[in-house]
Amino acid sequence: MSRDACSTTPGHALQVAPPPVLPWICTSKWCDLGDAMTKTDAYFIRSSDQVPQRSLFKRYPVPHNFGVSPGSRIERGRTWRAPANATRTKAFEVYRYDPDGGKNPRLDTFEVDLDACGPMVLNALIWIKNNVDPTLTFRRSCREGICGSCAMNMDGTNWLACTRYIDETDTPAKIYPLANMKIIKDLVPDLTHVLAQYEMIEPWLQTKTPTPGRERLQAPEDRDKLDGYYECILCFCCTSGCPSHWWNGDRFLGPAALLQAWRWLIDSRDEATGERLDGLEDPFRLYRCHTILNCTRTCPKGLNPGKAIAEIKKMIVDRRS
Amino acid sequence: MGSRKHERPLSPNIQIYRPQLTSVLSIANRITGVVLTGCGFILVIWLVAAASGPDAYSQFQRIVGSWPGLLLLLAATFAFFLHLCGGIRHLIWDSVRAFELKQIYASGWTVVAASLVLTLLSWVVGMIIAGQN
Repeated sequence: MSRDACSTTPGHALQVAPPPVLPWICTSKWCDLGDAMTKTDAYFIRSSDQVPQRSLFKRYPVPHNFGVSPGSRIERGRTWRAPANATRTKAFEVYRYDPDGGKNPRLDTFEVDLDACGPMVLNALIWIKNNVDPTLTFRRSCREGICGSCAMNMDGTNWLACTRYIDETDTPAKIYPLANMKIIKDLVPDLTHVLAQYEMIEPWLQTKTPTPGRERLQAPEDRDKLDGYYECILCFCCTSGCPSHWWNGDRFLGPAALLQAWRWLIDSRDEATGERLDGLEDPFRLYRCHTILNCTRTCPKGLNPGKAIAEIKKMIVDRRS
Repeated sequence: MGSRKHERPLSPNIQIYRPQLTSVLSIANRITGVVLTGCGFILVIWLVAAASGPDAYSQFQRIVGSWPGLLLLLAATFAFFLHLCGGIRHLIWDSVRAFELKQIYASGWTVVAASLVLTLLSWVVGMIIAGQN
């Protein structure tokens, strides 16, 4: 890895989007104070890419092993010191699990040489794998937030490691796999179940009319209806961050699958709307959503699964009348 | 290849997930709902006491009028308004409105502020009425 390419500026220079419209609470003159603004920023979230800098509690006041089965309890791991010549270092606490050997998961601490690695959390993980512990296992591919592979829990919220700046993490940074998933190894969750739930909503075009000799056409305004829904990259940050899915994940489909369900329900070319709604109208599959909205808060693509689910509920009510 | 003694472990959820306004207000709505159900029983006890005669009624009033009783009443008032405002927020959501993230946070903080103000207001009004008698 070329040092010039990745270590010149710490991340923020790359951030392009200026903050969107100020919230109503801070538009008036009496509140327009630079510092105070940054402080309200921490509590007033306007877009899902805002990092939770401050919150009253970093975690819920429950015991660390609250409801955790003996085999899932996390033990203290080892600490890997930074190289002796490193000047700017940062500690990362990383969830480790080795399927061979029959041991419990553990929390290892890695001291990362920030001058030798890129600006993102994913860069830090790759630096660890290349320089410290080659057995550290995680998924990654595109390194630009479009493949969804490196979704994980950083400082208590789900996001993509490739689009989270190291600067924005706590010290030590806490790196866990996506919450509430069966773990294959280290930061690699088993997505079989959530992908099966995605399959349940039959995410493909279904038609009854004879296949035309050309493409099925769609008016631009009908195509516009899919905006905000088709962009889902199936990283499962939302489903993994949904408390309802934690407690009822066996039967509740979860926000990711339901957002996709809505995407097909409103596709003007799809002709199975009724059957799709029949499949969703169920106390668990759909109605275990209690509009907690952790999904919308955490979506790395800025999508709105909570709204999509509310739209489905409304569509079911509307078709009765 | 060692033998695997364990099932695949489940990664932590509630134990590590950051409390956010979204989930905190959701669980608060549930807790206040449970509290208000309990208050419903106490309300029935109050009515039964009132129906049982002046002795039972004055004893009930003495307990509620004590410092711990008043503190619980204050908490119950706050629970009532938080649940009421939270419920209205949910009704708005049910009509698929105010789902943008900034609206979610604006309405969330509004619920918190409104509950505090309404609790204070109802107690001030209550104190004034009590003072006149």
